[in-house]
Parts: sequence; C-alpha cells; structure tokens
Amino acid sequence: MSFKLSYKSFGEQAILVEWPKQILETILEDVLGFKEKINVSDVENIQEVRSAYQSLLIVFNDTISFETEVVVLKSIYNSEEIVSEIKSNIWRVPVCYDDVFGLDLNDLSETKNLSKSEIVKRHTQVLYTVYFIGFLPGFLYLGGLDETLSTPRKAMPRMVIEKGAVAIGGNQTGIYPSQSPGGWNIIGQTPVDFFNPNLKPPCFAKSGDRIQFYGVSLKEYNDIKILVDAEVYQIESEVRHD
Amino acid sequence: MIKVLKHGFYSTIQDLGRFGVQEFGVPYSGAMDPQALKLANALLGNDENSAVLEMTMVGAQLEFQCDTFICISGASMQPKVNRKKVPTYKLLKINAGDILSFSAPKIGFRTYLAVKGGFQGEVVLGSRSMYLGVTPSAVIKNGDELSIHTYIDNNFNHHAVLKVNHEYFNKTELLVNKGPEFDLLSKAQQKKLTSFEFSISSHNNRMAYQLEELLENSLEAIITSPVLPGTVQLTPSGKLIVLMRDCQTTGGYPRVLQLKSSSIELLSQKYTGQTCNFKLDH
Repeated sequence: MSFKLSYKSFGEQAILVEWPKQILETILEDVLGFKEKINVSDVENIQEVRSAYQSLLIVFNDTISFETEVVVLKSIYNSEEIVSEIKSNIWRVPVCYDDVFGLDLNDLSETKNLSKSEIVKRHTQVLYTVYFIGFLPGFLYLGGLDETLSTPRKAMPRMVIEKGAVAIGGNQTGIYPSQSPGGWNIIGQTPVDFFNPNLKPPCFAKSGDRIQFYGVSLKEYNDIKILVDAEVYQIESEVRHD
Repeated sequence: MIKVLKHGFYSTIQDLGRFGVQEFGVPYSGAMDPQALKLANALLGNDENSAVLEMTMVGAQLEFQCDTFICISGASMQPKVNRKKVPTYKLLKINAGDILSFSAPKIGFRTYLAVKGGFQGEVVLGSRSMYLGVTPSAVIKNGDELSIHTYIDNNFNHHAVLKVNHEYFNKTELLVNKGPEFDLLSKAQQKKLTSFEFSISSHNNRMAYQLEELLENSLEAIITSPVLPGTVQLTPSGKLIVLMRDCQTTGGYPRVLQLKSSSIELLSQKYTGQTCNFKLDH
C-alpha cells in the first residue's frame, strides 16, 4: 500500500479518509484492503466503515478525539499485517433487451449508428466492477462501460423508471433497484432483485465484486421473475481469482 | 391497537434509526428530533429506542382501542384527549375508546407520540423507522391500525412530568464543524457561509432542507463520496442543501459544513421561512 492518504474530521463522530482524486481499480483495491484491515482490527467503538470510489468513511458510536483516532487508523493502514485475500464474486445477471423493456434502445441504435444487437453485445461482454452502493438502497456504482456506449443523460428525466431497468447515463451503466424518477437511457430490464430488505444481506453484491450481464428472451425473463418473486431464484455466481 | 382517523400532514413511525446497512445504500432514518423521542420514552419507562409516532406540521387524530399510557413531546400541537386539553412531557393515562387529537403547532414543527411499550410493527434491518422501499409502508394513512400493547396498571405512577426547556425551539444558531470540502472555499465564501442569516425554503422534508439564499460558488462537483445527516452540500448553482435523517448515503456535491447532532435536532423543528445561521464550533 503506497498511496498518500488524507484524513479529515467529518462531524463529531466520523473520519473521512481520501485517496487521490481518481476512479481506478488499484485505488478501489487499496480502499477495500484498508476497510478489511480496520474490520479485523481490535479498534472498539466503530459503528460502520463504508467506502466509495476513493474514500473511506469510519463512523464511530459516539464523539471521538480526531487526533487520537487518526494515529490509530494510520498505524492500521501502515501495518505489515497481510489481510487474507478478500473474497469477491462474479455475478451473472440476466437482462432482457427486448423492445418491450429497452425503451431507448432504438434511439441509441440510431444516434450511435450501431445495430441493437451490437449494442447488446458491447454491453454484455464487459466484466463490470462494483465500486460501491449508494444513491438508492441497492444501487451499484459500476465501472467498465464500453466507451462507445457512453450516452448523455436525457434532457427530460422520466417521472417513473421501473424497478429492474438497466440503463446508461454518461459513462456509467446501472440497474434501478426500485421504482424511481431518473434521466438515464433505458436499454433493458433484469428480473433480479438488487435490494430485498427481507434477505441477509439485503443486496447480494458488494464493493469489489464483478457483474456480467447476459441477454435473455422475454419468456426466460418471465420464468426467472416467477422464481425471484418467490424468493427462490439463485443468481449464477463464481468466486473471483485474480 | 390505535385506529388512525386522520393521518395529519405527514406522520411516520420512527425509532432511533437503522445502523450498519449504509454500505447497501440504506439511509439511517430515525426520529428527526431524537431528543424529544428519548424524553418521551424515558417518562414512560420505555427502552430508549422504542418506536414512536412522528407527526409533522399538522398532527393526527387517533382512536385508542385499548388502555395504555402515553407521553407527547416535541412541538406543541395543542393535544386534546376527548376534546379536552392535555399537557406535553407528562405521562397520561388513556382508556380504550379515547380520542387523541392535535392542531397545528404553536411552537416547533414535529411532535412525538410515545406509548407504553412502544409502537409495534415489523422490524426491518434492525429498525421500525418507516422508509419507502425498506418498510412495508412509508407513511401513516387514514384507516390504518397501529399495533400497540394493552397496558393496565393502576399503580403506575402517572404523575411523572418533565419540565422541559422549550428554548431550543427559539434558537437560531446552528453549531457546525468544517465539512471535508470547506477549505476549498475562498476566505470570503467561508466568512459568508458561517455568518449570514439564511431562511428555510419550502423544499424541506425528512431527506433534506434546502436554503433560500444562494452562496456564489465556483466549486466543481466531487467524485461521489459518503455523506451523513447534517452534511451541508453546496450545488453548482450556489444552492445550499442540509441533509437530514432520510438522506442518501453518498453524494457528489462539495460538503462544506457538518452540523453537530444537537443542531440537526434544532433544525428539524424549523419550517419554511424561518431564519437561522451557521456558527463554526471550535
């Protein structure tokens, strides 16, 4: 670990650690490595540790002395202790790119001068990196979208985007985990739940995991949806090895 | 059981909130004025985290279908039992059939109703606090039946009363710490931000309070990063947004200030048009 980190006080009971202002997988790995080191350390009084692209927030149970805790955190970051390899998964997520769901697929096809099947091909051939979850419960910030699929957000956001919609906004792609207003371009729909408060954990994916989409027909979509609604669907996954 | 005759303006069940699931993007939620919740629960001898009914701006009308004890705290919405005035911050005995009603608040914005043993209902991810997409319902509606335990105890000391200093409803100074991006502001901006009087816009709810006045701004968006209740965000248009209990877990606007938790409570009892100022706490 060799990044120069900055430690900032964030209110009475939290510390924000920041890495260089870049979105990079090497930074993500370092962020998650530090998070794991804190989780296995014997520091008491920590309520939660959560990460984003290049930041880590450590929230304590009550008011802290910033100076004291920073010393502790720095020594944890610099400790030689090798944390056991963080287990990450690759999740294979079915998506139906049929016109019934892919409301903006025709527009994308025209403006990009790419056939719809070519767009689907480029969207499904990537192993996307889960950077973190935010915005809505179960909304994954994914990295890795094919540059040729990058599309500006719509000038007029839709009032309602259905739960499960797979969309592209700028150079990001994502799945709406619940019904929401939104300005991203919708290209398909997944039957898989990305947030279910009745399950433990409520979202199957976590920071550092990978997501791969694969296309399914309308019939397959409906078949999977029945299993998902009955809470018996097993999403395809494998453990990731570098 | 309590039957909801009128739901009021915006009434929800809240406890102290949902912790440890923010990494899945789940907001904290919880009472906007946790101090009021804790006092009411203390008077009833409840667990500190017992769920209460939080009522905003216009209170509800409720019919009790069992005997119990209650305590009302927070904003003074002139509570009445069977059309007879009752005090706040006092233990009250309730009989089956009693009707509890509220009017608009005279002072403050949010009123809390605590019942002996707390409001029941499903615990989701460690909390009963209502939130859309997390709990089965997100807000109380007319005709709802709210589950509570019957409580009969003739020896229960219902003279317990708390003298509460209502001064905090009138305070206008919000104590803040520097936010992670505070130092990126110019000295002039920093000075203005921590001294000017602002007013609360009509865009205020459990998620965030937007302020009316703009702060001239040249800061760019940041790489999406964690936020907390009490974080003050500065948008490119100069709008200031104070995040509250139901806020998202991450954001992309510079975080210029962080309210101290006592000041989040204070702000949560303010409403559209009222004025406040930020004061840096050293």
